[in-house]
Amino acid sequence: MAKKTYIQAITDALDIVLEDDPKTLIFGEDVGKNGGVFRTTQGLQEKYGEDRVFDTPLAESGILGLATGLGLTGWRPIPEIQFMGFSFEAVDQIAGQLARMRFRFDGMKNAPVTIRTPYGGGTHTAEMHADNLENFFTGIPGLRVVMPSNPYDAKGLLISSVENNDPVLFMENLKLYRSMKDDIPDGKYSVPLDKANVVREGNDLTIVAYGAEVNEAIKVADTMAEKNISVEVIDLRTVSPIDTETIFKSIQKTHKVVIVQEAQKMAGVGAQVASAIAEGAILSLDAPVGRVAAPNSVYPFALGEDIWIPRAKEIEEKVNEILNY
Amino acid sequence: MANKPIVDFEAIKNDLSNVSKPIQVLNENAEITDQEIFDTFSDDDLVEFMKKMVWERALHEQTMNFSRQGRMGFYAPTEGEEASEMGTVLAMKKQDYLLPAYRDVPQLIQHGATVTEAYLWSRGHVVGNKFKARSMMPQIIIGAAYVEAAGVGLGIKKNKEEDTIAFTYTGDGGTSQGDSYEGMNFAGAYQAPVLFIVQNNGFAISTPRVKQTAAPTLAQKAVAAGIPSVQVDGMDILACYAVAKAARDYMVAGNGPVLIETLTYRFGAHSSAGDDPKRYRTKEQEQPWFEKDPLIRLRKVLEDKGLWSEEQEDKLVDDYKASFKEAIKEADDVPADKVSDMLKRTFEIPTPEMKQEIDKFEAKESK
Repeated sequence: MAKKTYIQAITDALDIVLEDDPKTLIFGEDVGKNGGVFRTTQGLQEKYGEDRVFDTPLAESGILGLATGLGLTGWRPIPEIQFMGFSFEAVDQIAGQLARMRFRFDGMKNAPVTIRTPYGGGTHTAEMHADNLENFFTGIPGLRVVMPSNPYDAKGLLISSVENNDPVLFMENLKLYRSMKDDIPDGKYSVPLDKANVVREGNDLTIVAYGAEVNEAIKVADTMAEKNISVEVIDLRTVSPIDTETIFKSIQKTHKVVIVQEAQKMAGVGAQVASAIAEGAILSLDAPVGRVAAPNSVYPFALGEDIWIPRAKEIEEKVNEILNY
Repeated sequence: MANKPIVDFEAIKNDLSNVSKPIQVLNENAEITDQEIFDTFSDDDLVEFMKKMVWERALHEQTMNFSRQGRMGFYAPTEGEEASEMGTVLAMKKQDYLLPAYRDVPQLIQHGATVTEAYLWSRGHVVGNKFKARSMMPQIIIGAAYVEAAGVGLGIKKNKEEDTIAFTYTGDGGTSQGDSYEGMNFAGAYQAPVLFIVQNNGFAISTPRVKQTAAPTLAQKAVAAGIPSVQVDGMDILACYAVAKAARDYMVAGNGPVLIETLTYRFGAHSSAGDDPKRYRTKEQEQPWFEKDPLIRLRKVLEDKGLWSEEQEDKLVDDYKASFKEAIKEADDVPADKVSDMLKRTFEIPTPEMKQEIDKFEAKESK
């Protein structure tokens, strides 16, 4: 057990899967000698050699085409897309190829590929470096989308993602990379890919969140606790699939729900959660579904992020609104 | 003072057109243009090549008939491209990994899929993809196969598979895709054994080759990626085979990728779904290519050698067509797909919500 950042937890997981399975490969732009632009793959090429951890030419479709082809020949690729905005260059390989491979071959072939990529605002990067693109990628059948909210989950979810035979888009939150530390058990452990986590138990209202917003939701739960209001916080952990059972169970107890996401409001994860609740648990609610999401504008430039991304303040306002309905 | 230009761009541009003549062994008048290579083939080889082209032509004709009868789904006609398709695939071995595009179904069958599977693929039934051949299903997204081939080639290299390569096809239009360049560049960077075959049939649906690129040849597209490339007479099966075999030999000796551009022609439409070549080609443009028909020149050589006759060919065509009729009957007998199975094949382990959907559909399907 040691205190580790989100990045260190990911490096730890990569080290374990490289050690465990000789078929795992890590590749992408600058992941070799340089250890990745965030040092997530630091030391791995040195330890496992250039055959297992290697740099690629600068071309995202090429990187994921490489992953598709390596998967077909028995390898277990873990490609990195340096920033998620660059994944647009590789959408055919993700949506048109990897996500359909098992379906096409009726299970005779798999695409055991875990695509790692950093996303998320608050660190004031250049354009196309921070966008929350989960709304887009969760619309792709055949692809799992994982969004850990803390270092402990990041390690366990990454190990599960790599061991899973379906393609996984593993989204790493930029803001969390170095801003939080957890006690991380040494060695291997896994966190399931279809189970949400109740990170805070409560009786008066449920907040459903994922990624960096889970930590904002916990702050709100703490503030509300001072006023004797008990808020339950659910961390989805995986946004495709979404564990509706855990959500329903919670709102059958609290009867109120606020769904929080960092991404724009339209046609995305929060909308899917709200729709599932409307179909499966609407009669448990005694107030409307509350939603906190980013405005439906184009993702802002660096200096616009802080006024645009909803954080604890906006969540608290919405929680109060729903509680006082 | 006259300005002396620091660089003569026009001369550099003109120099790009300085390319070797396409490789050829047998010309359209059935004259042997490379005796040394011709002599490497036995009489049996020549007969075998002819049989394969007759087979592919018969497959095309019968498939068009089925298509007219409404018994096919998507079909991309192959008439005219028999030398390019059969010549290249016959130079490969069963362990080689094929990444075909939609016009490369005959190669997929030669590589180990059954005609029934090919028909089911055309119709859009998953059983059509469950072939034993070491191959991807025919790729619809033009260019995608090129980047995937780089990965398959690297996988073969990492697996240390001896005497094995990846081979993939695209057309003249396909070379305009960014993926084509990325695939070649990746394969070159990793010196992965990938044979890129560009079947230049002159048209991407209706867009002529000259509108795709200013590059004088498509083979040149490999140059920037550091890959050796060559143009071949794509209507000459002997040249197509000999070049593909030489490329394969070069790669299995531990060298990196190769690109072959075959100069061929699609005699018919782009697809059986309503394309009409009369909208974009004239008879005058087509006629010289019809005269280059790959079957005509080899047939003449064989007849001159007393190795082939019209009766023999007619009998073969009848036999092949009879086998295709059997194959489509088998396809007719394959049970319809089920929604519950579609859900099951999406993920290895269905999600809890999918399990509920599966139960729902299974209940309906059992009624």
